[in-house]
Amino acid sequence: MGLSQTSPTSALFDSPNQESWVATRLDFLVNWSRAKSLWPMPFGTACCAIEFMATAATRFDLARFGMERMSFSPRQADVLICAGRVPFKLAPVLRRIWQQMPQPKWCISMGACASSGGMFDNYAVVQGIDTIIPVDVYVPGCPPRPEGLLYGIMMLQEKVMREKMSDAAIRNEMEPDPQSGLYIPASKIDELSEPFGNSVQQTRSGL
Amino acid sequence: MTATFAPVLPGSARPDASAPSTPRNLPEKGGTANPSAEAIAAKFGQAYIRSEVVWGDTTVYVRPDSVLEIVRWLHDDPSQRYDYLSDVTAVEYRDPEQEMEVVWHLRSLPFRRFLRLKAPLAKGSPLVVDSVWPVYKGADWIERECYDMFGITFRGHPDLRRILMWESYREGFPLRKDFPLRGRFSRAEQLRQALSITTEGRYSMEELSVAEAFEDLPEEMRRRLAGGERTGE
Repeated sequence: MGLSQTSPTSALFDSPNQESWVATRLDFLVNWSRAKSLWPMPFGTACCAIEFMATAATRFDLARFGMERMSFSPRQADVLICAGRVPFKLAPVLRRIWQQMPQPKWCISMGACASSGGMFDNYAVVQGIDTIIPVDVYVPGCPPRPEGLLYGIMMLQEKVMREKMSDAAIRNEMEPDPQSGLYIPASKIDELSEPFGNSVQQTRSGL
Repeated sequence: MTATFAPVLPGSARPDASAPSTPRNLPEKGGTANPSAEAIAAKFGQAYIRSEVVWGDTTVYVRPDSVLEIVRWLHDDPSQRYDYLSDVTAVEYRDPEQEMEVVWHLRSLPFRRFLRLKAPLAKGSPLVVDSVWPVYKGADWIERECYDMFGITFRGHPDLRRILMWESYREGFPLRKDFPLRGRFSRAEQLRQALSITTEGRYSMEELSVAEAFEDLPEEMRRRLAGGERTGE
């Protein structure tokens, strides 16, 4: 008799503390379609792009994950795969490409250089593309093996599957600060890109 | 008067050119010098400083103000015929007293010869040499690269701008010894400056106007180009 206190139709509609059956099923359907047909925009600048090509080719076959359709126009892409180091000269280009991609969109930072600048701790290379655009999945490696990239893609699919329409913040476009063009505070960028390891000795020429 | 350009065809090497062979067991110093070194010493006694042979390659040191004259002669003279400029670059040494050197790599295909010209530029003096662009049109971009990285001004170059770094780059010349490896500004400042560049401003209006895409440019841009306007300065 306790069951009769809730009407049979109430589970179909949202209540304050839980989502309804309709919303969760619809979320699942939408997320499933998105996750299984991610169209990648390959932004290959270095050797990681070679591994990316290997991932897309027959042996590892990206098509198994619904990604065989490379989108060389950012306007028809879902996921930006940044494969390789990004020099400062390319920073506004990468930012522009990201801004041109329509929502929903995700970003995979492939390899050590894209994620952190890698071994190129010098005057020319951006120390991590997450200082330019928001990144969803970082794939470590120099370069990562195709299995590594595939694992990163599967992690991204998992992330997509967990998205909820009721989450108001999920499609918010990250707006950079109009003054500086940065969306992370300058002090944080400086803190994160402090020299470490051998770079400490390489900083000054002694002249 | 520039010699007429002769295409290099198989078998067009001079009969007196030495047969091509892989050099083996070369001494670090000394060995057979390129005959062009002696010819330069004989013809340009004032400008000639010295020459040396290192690992089989001949280096001729000349005074910077007569480089164009010498290069022109090497290119035009029928006994030299250096028809290919493979590189223009510069060297700065760790010793702060030692002069900076500008280096030209010349190759003579008919004679199968390689010659390295070096012009020392004294520290403290303005880093200026003549551009060899009037002789080799291919010097255009490699001299721009040398200017970009070392700050050497090539007098007479048609369009001396940065080529690797963006044009509003303000940190200096990255391959100079006094340039810190990580740049002069903080990472955030570098990123802020990089993100503030307009991407189309990288190309000068001149470059856009000679591009094949000229007809496809927006009307307003074509009008600005036709008026002789340039961006990216």
